[in-house]
Order: sequence, then structure tokens, then C-alpha cells
Amino acid sequence: MTDYRTVFGSLNSYEKGGVEVIDDNPKYYVFSNVFEVASKSKPYEKVAVGKNLRYVIEALRAEGTSPWFAAAHDEAALVMDGEIEVHLIKPDEPLVPEGKEGSIRLDREPKGQKMGWIKARRGHMALLPKGAAYQFRSPKPGVLLIQTIQGDYTLERWADICQTA
Amino acid sequence: MSTQRIPKVEAPATGRDLGYKTFTMGKFRFERDEYFAHIYYPLGRHIIPIDAFLRSLMRDVAWGFFYGTVNFDNVLGTVNHYGTVDLFMGLCNAAYRNANRAYLETFDSKDLKKVFDGILDDWTNEGFDPFAAPDETGLPYGRKRGSNTRAVTRQRVVANRMVGLPGDTGYRSDATGHPVNRQFKDVPQDAPEVHAEPGFEGEVHAFNLFGYLSRSDVTWNPSVCSVVKDSLMCPTTEEHILPIFHGNDRVEWFIQACDEIIWDIEDGSSGKPRAKVVMKAGDVAAMPADIRHKGYSPKRSMLLVWENNDGLLPGRYSRGELKPYPVEF
Repeated sequence: MTDYRTVFGSLNSYEKGGVEVIDDNPKYYVFSNVFEVASKSKPYEKVAVGKNLRYVIEALRAEGTSPWFAAAHDEAALVMDGEIEVHLIKPDEPLVPEGKEGSIRLDREPKGQKMGWIKARRGHMALLPKGAAYQFRSPKPGVLLIQTIQGDYTLERWADICQTA
Repeated sequence: MSTQRIPKVEAPATGRDLGYKTFTMGKFRFERDEYFAHIYYPLGRHIIPIDAFLRSLMRDVAWGFFYGTVNFDNVLGTVNHYGTVDLFMGLCNAAYRNANRAYLETFDSKDLKKVFDGILDDWTNEGFDPFAAPDETGLPYGRKRGSNTRAVTRQRVVANRMVGLPGDTGYRSDATGHPVNRQFKDVPQDAPEVHAEPGFEGEVHAFNLFGYLSRSDVTWNPSVCSVVKDSLMCPTTEEHILPIFHGNDRVEWFIQACDEIIWDIEDGSSGKPRAKVVMKAGDVAAMPADIRHKGYSPKRSMLLVWENNDGLLPGRYSRGELKPYPVEF
């Protein structure tokens, strides 16, 4: 019986594919690699690697303790590398106006009730529930993907991160 | 586009009783023999290997005709109008259109699905699973030999918010009939640590998505696992070949979670080759709204398909209000 080896990527080890153009513009495919993006990001910068009108997928380099964030809608966080904690607080007062899209960054830990925390490793997906404040903690560098809506802190660096030729 | 409509089917039947039913829909007639599906339509007859036909039909049915166009091959396909669906021959084939050989009829989605469900159930023999990779299932050939109704009536997983939340779609396990796939035995099955304070058990939530995917018993079948309004994360496990060429009616995105998929990209309307996209673990790529794509996954892999479910998008793209690619830089 064949032993199969599943190949995942990491900050320290990834191999990038690419667009082989026949008759097209490679920019149309907006091709990037989340590990490469995270390797060049500052901790917890929210760099868009996917954009579908208002919706985005953000790649974050998780390293150390993040600021507190909050959003008026659900978000989902997928760990692509590392071991990352997610700490959640139910704020006493709403932190984000209803209808505001994307996450906001808070200046400090909000007052409220501790909801709990999650320790997630590669392949684990965590809910960042609507209305909650959340903070990531990662003693070692890791990589997160956030399924969310484009917000004030979403960074677009397409020319820097994508294949152009 | 040029199409012809001829009022009556006059094509001959294959003429042998192998135990399979014949199906009609409008002026289309579907017959099968030991090796092939025969599709008769007013402008002629088309033939597709039965394994490829059943695998394509399985996806079309399971996805509810999916987003946009499902090309069974470069002739036969469907276009989803979300309530109605076009069944066509040669619509996305420049040569067929130029020769006035393209033909289509439009049906209520539920009516065509009923016929397709019937074909799948009757033409799928015992031991053949059109959702499985070829290496993990039997052969579809020969005379009618039993059935595999359980396999062809699987329900696509559609989470409302996230897999595993109370009241939402559940996890996969040995007990639910989802053992870890033979090619994912090395994928960690550990659960995240979830420490919820009392009262927040339904909100503090995480699950092992890669473990969940390693237990998928189907290939090339995106399932909704997390939802942010119209943003749907639809992971899927892939092995061998995507049976169809999927023609986009909106931009979709792929995130390769592990291993490798090679995509052939063609123009969605003409079928003209445009690019190959090689995706390895961590790669992200958009599929523009005017292309069609077919993937090749040498080893079983995990692909995160990311969709925008906004029902207004097909119209906006077709009217030219939106560019077919998602970002300008």
C-alpha cells in the first residue's frame, strides 16, 4: 500500500506555483501565496489576498499579542501555520455600529465579559462571532486567514504580492 | 450566439435493451449502452463516455446546476439561471455556434433536476460511485447491474454559519460513515482547545477543518463550511480530474490548502485556451468571471473554494457593469 504524504505549507517551508499564460494577462488571476505574504508582513497586518467586491480574505502574520479587534458581523479565522490563541470578550457596550463592515482595531482591551478562549493549530477554523472583541496570541510566528468584509484596516498590496508577468 | 430550434426529434434509438431506461427532456433524449451516453437532439447526436457523463451529471445535480455553466465536455452543458436552466449543445463551442449547430432549451430547474436525478439513479450500476475518485470505486460499464442510490443521493453540506455550531451542520467521523481517506491518513485529527465560559458555549467555537476535509467521501464537491453574509467558504477535496469544465458567471477564488492542483483555463464562451494555473499549498488565485476551468489533482488535495453568493452578480457581469477580474493593479 502506498504511503501518501500530504504537503502543507508553512512560513518556513512553502513552494509557490504560478500562472502560465497562454493568451491572457496574469494579473487577472491575482495570484499570490499566503505564506509569502505573511513572511513579508508586520505582525497582524491584515493584507488582502482575495477580494470579491466587498468581501475579502485577509492573510495575517500572527506573532506575539495582537491588538483587540471587533466586527459587527461574523468572521472566520483559519490557522494555516502555527499555534494561535483566540481570546474573546463580550463587550458591555457595542463596539462597532450595526452595519459597519470589516473589523475595527481597538485601542485597548474592552470592558466586558470574558467569553472564553481557543487554542488552534494548523487547519483549525475558529468563529469570530458578531459583536465580540477578539485578540490573537501567538508566541511563535504563524499564519491566519480571515474570511471577512473589507474594512478600514484591510491592506491592499496587490502589486507587491501578486504575479504580474 | 446563433442557435436553431427544430420541432421534432427524429434520431434513432441505440436499439438494444441493456436494462437501462431512456429519458427525454424537451427535444433531448438520453440513452446509454455499455460504454457511452448517447444524447439525441434536433440537430444530431452526441456521445460521451459513460464514466465521464455520470461524473459530470453527479456534480451538476449535487450542486443544483452550480454557479454559471457546467460543461460536461466541449459540447453538452447547462447554464444556471437560478430558477430556470438552459440545457445546451455547442453553446460554449465557437465552431458549433459558427456552423449553426448550437442548440438549447430552457427548463424549470426542478423539472430538469428530476430527469437528471432519474438518469443518475438508473444508469449508475452497483459498485460505481460517480462522486469517488477512479482509484476508489468500481466500474460503470456493461449491462444494467443493480444501483447505487445511496451514493448518488448524497446531500451537499451547506452550513448556515459554521460547521459544528449548535443547530448547524455536523462533524464527520467514523460513526457518521466518514473514515479518514486513504490519501489523508497523515492529516492530524486533533481538535482545537475550546474553553468557553458558561453561557458562551454556542459562540466560542472552533473545529478542525482540515480533519473534516480529510474525511470527505466525495471529490470535486464544494460544501459550505463558513459564512459571512454572502461570502461562502466552500472547501472540497480533489483527486484525479474535475469531471466538468466549470464556466464562471462571477469571480470565484481558490485557496490551495495542501498538495497541488493544475488548472486548465479556457475562455468561457469560445473554449480558447487562456492559461494554466499551478496551485500549491498556500497559493491563492482568482478565477475570472469570463473563463471556464478544469482541474487536475494528482494526489488527493484540499481546495478552499470561495464564492460570493450575491444573486445579482451574474446579471451585473453579463451586462458589463463589473469587470470579469476582481482587482486592478
